[in-house]
Amino acid sequence: MPKIPAPPLPKALQPKPKKPSESNGQVPTHSAPLEAGISTVDWLDERTALSPGLRWLMWRKVPRGVNWAYTLGSATLFAFLNQAVTGVFLAMYYRPDVSGGAYESVRNINDNVFLGQFVRGMHKWGASVMIILIFLHMGRVFFYGAYKYPRELTWVIGVVLLILTLAMGFTGYLLPFDQRSYWATVVGVNINAGGPFIGPFLSNFLLGGADFNATTLSRFYSIHMLLIPGLMAALIGAHLYLVTKLGISAPPWLKPQPEHDGDHEIDQAEV
Amino acid sequence: MPDRYKERKSKYTLDRGMPGAFEGETVTRRRLMNLAANGAGAVAVAAFALPALGFAIAPIFKRQQWTWQPVGPPSDFTDSDYVTKIVNLVPGIGEAGNSVAYIRKRNPAIDKEPEDQYNHFVALSDKCMHLGCPVRYVLAAQRFICPCHGGVYDFRGMVAGGPPVRPLDRFYTRVNEQTGLLEIGPRYSVNNELQRFSPRFPGEPIDGIGQYLYPAQFDTSSPPPH
Repeated sequence: MPKIPAPPLPKALQPKPKKPSESNGQVPTHSAPLEAGISTVDWLDERTALSPGLRWLMWRKVPRGVNWAYTLGSATLFAFLNQAVTGVFLAMYYRPDVSGGAYESVRNINDNVFLGQFVRGMHKWGASVMIILIFLHMGRVFFYGAYKYPRELTWVIGVVLLILTLAMGFTGYLLPFDQRSYWATVVGVNINAGGPFIGPFLSNFLLGGADFNATTLSRFYSIHMLLIPGLMAALIGAHLYLVTKLGISAPPWLKPQPEHDGDHEIDQAEV
Repeated sequence: MPDRYKERKSKYTLDRGMPGAFEGETVTRRRLMNLAANGAGAVAVAAFALPALGFAIAPIFKRQQWTWQPVGPPSDFTDSDYVTKIVNLVPGIGEAGNSVAYIRKRNPAIDKEPEDQYNHFVALSDKCMHLGCPVRYVLAAQRFICPCHGGVYDFRGMVAGGPPVRPLDRFYTRVNEQTGLLEIGPRYSVNNELQRFSPRFPGEPIDGIGQYLYPAQFDTSSPPPH
């Protein structure tokens, strides 16, 4: 069909031709800020070659039938990140001083510091949320049979992460240093000492001596904010690598389907 | 055994056809360099990791000092009732280092354990031998009662009921000749026959096989001088 010619525009409305100084008169395909962003990303990617890895990490095939229960792992991860971020900032105000300074510094965070009660609340309640989520995540993996071959190692690392999370709860409980945290720690350390042979030595290590003493609180603080979080971050990295590498398992009720095109081979491979 | 292992019999790298081999050598320079570089790395890691580890676990091996703290003249204590005294177990950390001792005079009619220079006065620790909560002496019942999980001890500190696994720990006591005051020494644990053991954590039975399952700790104070 022949195109009807456009009516001639008045002179004032016609687009002005580019001046010779303006990029050879060519109209740029992107706006200047976008162009700057693209060139920055290109600069980085040329030197790090990160984009294939990111694509591998983020654009993955996901089996049919996934549901909200599959988000529990990410939810636990976000709870961990919440604990990490709020914990780092709480450490700016906290003082692991066993002769009253610790309790006083927590009281100061609660009563005086701007948003202190909120950030400490995020950390305190986030701890419980994380433990609830990690158990729900574990239940999802167990009842969906997602721990089976080839994902056994992911499960094992997950169990270690669960134990470390509980250890975080135990060490963090002492830090407010009120009556409740002191006696809970005494009882917890004594339960630990009930393990034959190594139990007493482990409790001595935790306390930093025979009895609760001047270094016990700073020991718990160091374990709580440096030792275990470092281990957990490394293990979470390994956990996520394995999840990405092995793919997500399909729900157990999904029947294997004949491969009909390339887009759905994952269904068959994973069931 | 696969053949390819049988073929590598010669100790000379040249005979084994390894790349970069020289006449007469048994280890290639590449392998030597590998071992040297990895060994140097291991030494460097050990140089900071081992001292740090020792630093972290050192308190397990530190021996406690024998200290005596006065709690009052001997005439303050009778053999029919306990007197509550605050004793300091760990100096320098305020209230967290304090504990309670229940003290009375030894009563030969009920205290059947052998008498020596350290138990003319009986000083019981308030640490419950279930999980370490502080017990309270209830005068009307003549019992020590733990608020946490219901442990009950009789007048001598023997288990009368509940979950505790052994009698209440005790402190060495002596009367200082110079000052004339009763003094409290280190804590020690007892089994059901009231034999002395070095202090153990609560929850550790030390009767029968228990004394082997829960061995003495490295950091306990040395036995009393005789």
